[in-house]
Amino acid sequence: MNFQIGLIAKKLGMTQVFKDEGDRVPVTVLHVTGNTVTAHRTDERDTYTALQVGFAEKKANRASKPEKGAAEAAKVGTFYVHKEFRVPAAALAAHPVGSQLGADLFKEGTRVDITGTSKGKGYQGVIKRHNMEGEKNSHGQHEFFRHGGSIGCRKTPGRVHRGKRMTGHMGHERVTLQNLEVVKIDAERGLVLVRGPIPGPNNGFVTIRAAVKPAIKAGNNKG
Amino acid sequence: MSNSNPLIEAIEASYKRSDVPEFRPGDTIRVHAKISEGGKDRIQVFQGVCIHRKRGGARGSFTVRKISHGVGVERVWAVNSPRVVKVELVSRGKVRKAKLYYLRNLSGNAARIRARLGGYANELLTSGSESSEPQGD
Repeated sequence: MNFQIGLIAKKLGMTQVFKDEGDRVPVTVLHVTGNTVTAHRTDERDTYTALQVGFAEKKANRASKPEKGAAEAAKVGTFYVHKEFRVPAAALAAHPVGSQLGADLFKEGTRVDITGTSKGKGYQGVIKRHNMEGEKNSHGQHEFFRHGGSIGCRKTPGRVHRGKRMTGHMGHERVTLQNLEVVKIDAERGLVLVRGPIPGPNNGFVTIRAAVKPAIKAGNNKG
Repeated sequence: MSNSNPLIEAIEASYKRSDVPEFRPGDTIRVHAKISEGGKDRIQVFQGVCIHRKRGGARGSFTVRKISHGVGVERVWAVNSPRVVKVELVSRGKVRKAKLYYLRNLSGNAARIRARLGGYANELLTSGSESSEPQGD
């Protein structure tokens, strides 16, 4: 379980920045302004402790009645995205309901994990979906160029093995990239610049958390 | 550059520099490039013909080609790179292509580019090729 606090962000797109020594670094720009703590989950009430964070403000007239009710009870706005971050019970007090979380949660040079929904590719064949090789394009080959070949054996087992990689829907699934470098933080504009590409389209929502692998190594990932 | 997001453009604007003179493919330029060797920095001057210029605002790049000891040498820099200390325009050339990759297959007199006079060349050369003119595309 990841006990690192995180943020919800909007992927703005990619660009490049220069390091002082002149290296060009490809970065994805993430906008995090407006992360608001909307609720606490406590041991007594919910048997676990977490922060519920809202992001991307929604007009009240677009929100449903349950959304509005919860927002009024907590005296916060309504949001398009909500996300819970498991934190130790001691960390709840530092982030009261209604408080803002900003880009300064992360530091330049540290590592983060980013979770998003990848771009949907539709129904794809085995070459694109599973990196299969296809068939020969010459040597008299005809009509079968991008097929996956045989999908099984004969009388034994007489069926196709479970999990056989075949054609099907590709993309639009939850993807987590681990240990991405935070190249730059612009707390004023609320921007986090992360090295390399991240899943999903521009203007899509992703979550950023402190990387779990170095945290486990350092023993900082216990609730 | 297809980015319309103002926040991304603000990031790119902070890396843009205005001290690089205007130059185009076909022009002979002198690039003062910073080179790091064994923990020390030194400036190396590389003079040659610009054979490729990629625009794109803060992400632009250019390629300079020269013949060194009979061997063609090409170097690519990002226009806004901190490693490019200074760019000087030496002379303008008259070319009819945007990318002069055909020069790689030519040598000697055939690879020579005729000079073009007028335009931004006159101003820059008379002022010691150091004045900073805004880059117009």
